[in-house]
Amino acid sequence: MTVYNIYIFDKAGTLLYYEEWNRLKQSGMTRGRGGKTNSFVSKISPTDTKEGFLCYKTSKYTLHFLETPSGLKFVINTDVHSQGVRELLQQIYNQVYVEYVVKNPLCNLSQPIQSELFKSNLDSYIKQSPIFLSKAL
Amino acid sequence: MVIYGIYIVSKSGGLIFNYDNNVPKIETEKKFSYPLDIKLQVENKKIVVEFGQRDGIHVGHVLYAVNGVPVTGTQMDDGQNALEYLEHKENYPATLKFGRPKMTTNEKIFLASMFYPLFAIASQLSPEPKCSGIEVLEADTFRLNCFQTLTEMPIRCELFDSNLKSILEQIEKSGIANI
Repeated sequence: MTVYNIYIFDKAGTLLYYEEWNRLKQSGMTRGRGGKTNSFVSKISPTDTKEGFLCYKTSKYTLHFLETPSGLKFVINTDVHSQGVRELLQQIYNQVYVEYVVKNPLCNLSQPIQSELFKSNLDSYIKQSPIFLSKAL
Repeated sequence: MVIYGIYIVSKSGGLIFNYDNNVPKIETEKKFSYPLDIKLQVENKKIVVEFGQRDGIHVGHVLYAVNGVPVTGTQMDDGQNALEYLEHKENYPATLKFGRPKMTTNEKIFLASMFYPLFAIASQLSPEPKCSGIEVLEADTFRLNCFQTLTEMPIRCELFDSNLKSILEQIEKSGIANI
């Protein structure tokens, strides 16, 4: 199991934060796609959605998506076998983003996150998680 | 297992086949008094709930009937404009029926063409080389499974329709293991 990368977008889809681990191939998005996927999901859904889009799987990775009520979007890419990633995203929001960005008076919420404290706490939070298991290099 | 519907999309992103198998009907009927505490708006020639979600009536639901008189577009079947009718105090209490909008064929074609870029971006965003596109997409209300074939074909064939229908019935009765 492994975590590849994490994106945080604001409600307009602007990239606020990006971090990667265990990457083999370089590629990334600079604008949020979650909003587009979410509108697709809510239209094609047979019944009314609450949270809407949760994740998608491909042959090599799984992308998990969490949108907070304020429109902030957390996207994390893991390998296909990871479990409980949604809970991890929720905890990153509660225990890392809220603690070190929202409660930090120096952080402007609409600007890309530059706080070193946030960066180091996020890094250690993800590395502690059972989902993160670095591949032998 | 419930199968809601099947879509087949060509390699250029066009919808070439669609079958709605089991789409649940979501409708709510409720009596309202004056003034109406739901904000309605005309959107795509339909009367849509814009604000004031309550009792199973959600934002995005469409007004289907007023006092049992069906509403087509913005007009009630007796010729009155439904929005104007609801502005007058003497027409209350009124029973309004709201429901989740049914997708038109046009909207289905539009959605199918929206899926293709999602699929293509998913394979490009991969952190590892040689990745497929979306295989499974999960939402809280449904799961979308996608299989990409090597070829493509336009489907205008009754035999296909009838055989597809019998397979779906078989799956719904006995599960996927017996196919």
